[in-house]
Amino acid sequence: MTQSFSHMFENVLLHNGLVTAFATVGIVMWVSSQLSRRLTKGRLHASAIAIMIGLGLAYYGGVVTGKEKGMADFALFSGIGLMGGAMLRDFAIVATAFEVQVREARKAGLVGAVSLLLGTIIPFVVGACVARAFGYNDAISMTTIGAGAVTYIVGPVTGAALGASSDVIALSIATGLVKAIIVMVGTPFAAGFLGLNNPRAAMVFGGLAGTVSGVSAGLAATDRRLVPYGALVATFHTGLGCLLGPSVLYLATKAIVG
Amino acid sequence: MIIYGTALLAICHLVGLYLGDLLGAAIGVKANVGGVGIAMLLLITIRLWLHDRGLLPRETEAGVGFWGAMYIPVVVAMAAQQNVVAALRGGPVALISAVLAAAACACCIALLSRTGDHEPLPPLPEELTDEPESVRMSASH
Repeated sequence: MTQSFSHMFENVLLHNGLVTAFATVGIVMWVSSQLSRRLTKGRLHASAIAIMIGLGLAYYGGVVTGKEKGMADFALFSGIGLMGGAMLRDFAIVATAFEVQVREARKAGLVGAVSLLLGTIIPFVVGACVARAFGYNDAISMTTIGAGAVTYIVGPVTGAALGASSDVIALSIATGLVKAIIVMVGTPFAAGFLGLNNPRAAMVFGGLAGTVSGVSAGLAATDRRLVPYGALVATFHTGLGCLLGPSVLYLATKAIVG
Repeated sequence: MIIYGTALLAICHLVGLYLGDLLGAAIGVKANVGGVGIAMLLLITIRLWLHDRGLLPRETEAGVGFWGAMYIPVVVAMAAQQNVVAALRGGPVALISAVLAAAACACCIALLSRTGDHEPLPPLPEELTDEPESVRMSASH
């Protein structure tokens, strides 16, 4: 009898994936706010802890299921995939624009554009150099791995355009993912060093730190009010990378390494 | 009505992504270029326009505000579905290039956010202490 009761409950959860996700994330947020208050006296934001718990669960999900979408690969938690997918993420990001102070955003327009360009070139150069140091000497592999250091979307797009081998493309995706995770987890700790306490700095951050996921989570964990400014710039990051990667950056790399 | 706000948000979202796709196609990139950013600019513009004409009742604003407040939970759900295993399996090349790229960018951010123009940093509307944070968080779930 208890067997069938738990089975029925599981069915309810399975048939209401998105609602299950709301409940799950709500519980994670509550646990995080308790941890934040009790263990760190509020020094580490609850949202930062929640994001780390989320990444931990994603790792667990990946190990157990052997698939690619973390917790969302468990049938029971498939709603997490919808709730945290691109559709609702972008919807919520656009909604944060309601809180933007236009004057602040306009003041930082130019520096935002400059940081966007630097945010593409610097990671690319670093990534390409590391790739060469590890023996990837041809221009295509160097460009692909360098592009992966920009974002985990620019890497495979560039690699596919240039005809890179699949292990190099996988490596470029891994590079971008590691960077996104570093930005998500590291931002609240580095906020002081980065001077990340005003809208202008958030726009610089959005341009330089890359990926919408990294920037949005990093800023959310630091100060939610900064999110729209960073996201406004970061959303152009992947597009710019996909534009420059297979073209200008590849040609420049080829000219240098032959 | 609260749905007016959500519908306005949805329309801005869709139009923005469409324009982003068009922009991507126009410059020959297989990606959406700034779609979300365009949607945000649209929403900001429309908000100002409606606000000036007194056409933005609190109910309508709440239809957008709810989704803005759902932002952090959505990001947590996003974190829970990252391919963390693949990221860690990438080995030293992925790890080292990502760490160095992030570090180089961090130095750049620290520099740019401090120098740049010499205006004083815009003051934050009262420093966010931990108490309101937890209060706001519990209010949002």
